[in-house]
Amino acid sequence: MAIDLHKYANPTRFLRIANAIFPWSIVVSVGLLVAGLYLGLFVAPPDYQQGETVRIMFVHVPAAWMAMSVYSMMAVSSAAGLIWKHPVADLSAKAAAPIGACFTFLALVTGSLWGQPMWGAYWVWDARLTSMLILLFLYLGYMAVWESFEDQSKAAKAAAILVLIGAINIPIIKFSVDWWNTLHQPASVATMEGPKIHGSILTPLLIMGLAYTSLFVTIFIIRVRAEILGRRLRMLRVNQLQE
Amino acid sequence: MNSFLALLMRDMRLAYRQGSALTMTLSFFVIAVTLFPLGVGPELDVLARIGPGVLWVGALLACLLTLDRIFQADYEDGTLEQLLMGPLPIEFIVLAKIMAHWITSVLPLIIVSPILAISLNLHSDGIWAMVISLLIGTPVLSLIGAVGGALTVAMRRGGVLLSLLVLPLYIPVLIFGVASVEAAVALLPMGPHLMLLGGLSLGALVVCPFAAAAALRLAVE
Repeated sequence: MAIDLHKYANPTRFLRIANAIFPWSIVVSVGLLVAGLYLGLFVAPPDYQQGETVRIMFVHVPAAWMAMSVYSMMAVSSAAGLIWKHPVADLSAKAAAPIGACFTFLALVTGSLWGQPMWGAYWVWDARLTSMLILLFLYLGYMAVWESFEDQSKAAKAAAILVLIGAINIPIIKFSVDWWNTLHQPASVATMEGPKIHGSILTPLLIMGLAYTSLFVTIFIIRVRAEILGRRLRMLRVNQLQE
Repeated sequence: MNSFLALLMRDMRLAYRQGSALTMTLSFFVIAVTLFPLGVGPELDVLARIGPGVLWVGALLACLLTLDRIFQADYEDGTLEQLLMGPLPIEFIVLAKIMAHWITSVLPLIIVSPILAISLNLHSDGIWAMVISLLIGTPVLSLIGAVGGALTVAMRRGGVLLSLLVLPLYIPVLIFGVASVEAAVALLPMGPHLMLLGGLSLGALVVCPFAAAAALRLAVE
């Protein structure tokens, strides 16, 4: 890799960069959220079949994207934590998990609210929905593993093993709409032939995607910072007790 | 290879001598399956419809009950540390224990499942499909379960966490297992479902011993 990522494993350097990014990420996420919601909820045209309910998409689809990308990010950083023993990698996976779980939950809830008027049922047991539900359980299991170990470095390794096994679910979610006949519509944004959505709807959707991403970055920085500082505090206390 | 077989035989002998464990798992499976006709009512059509699912879920839960035994006892009395210091790679220790678990705890369930299937009024084509799909699919349960068992072995109350970790990963096996039986009952080809089940088994066979071995190293360090 051209950029040496190892130098960002130093918690102090990580904190310095994160602190520099943080104010910008707040501004960007607020700006993009306002713009994306305005464009999505007021400017974008209603669908010719679904009417106004299509607007749920602007909240639902980016949440589902985030649910999967946050898990992939956790898998990558857990692998880095297992291989190179970078403390920041473990902490960043830990910090990302509850955020990812919230995005997954949001995607499931908005999806079922959208499903009721469109499919006539809040929930159907098809492949896409079931695999997303499994993803939520994986997030919860991951968080439970962190809670169950007293030794933080052991918890990090155990959680990393779990996250890497569960990563098999990510391609299953992505391709579930192609492999099985489902009610859920197949991929229409990231396809080989380019997006199949008209620009008037695609633009707010992508803006919302970026808004969710920067929102994730903002909350993520807050959480990682708290984790790193919390770990330092614990070290200081232990040292104090030893003296 | 010799030490692998020795470990496998030891675990099976232990399970056999502690006979209660085997009968308890079996009784749990039978009772859990019996609850369904009482719960949903004795209409034979309904039972035939839900039969495959009930048997698969019953086998899955009965398997879950025995997962903590794969490593727990050996961890507590220190045998596990001795085994890890021996010549056999940890991955093979894990594999031997998984095989012993499957033979002692899961195979008996498969053997009694046709009888339960008859009591649930499953079609005769479905009974064969049931046994075949269980034979192909249940190794995944032991393999994934061993990872969960290894992760939770050092915890005092690992049981609940174990089910939270393992059950979501069991869902694909359940789906394809039940689908293959239902295909057989509907006189559709069940090959594709069985192949998917076999794929899951082979994939888990590759991945799970390594993951469980990593988790065990973590537990004893």
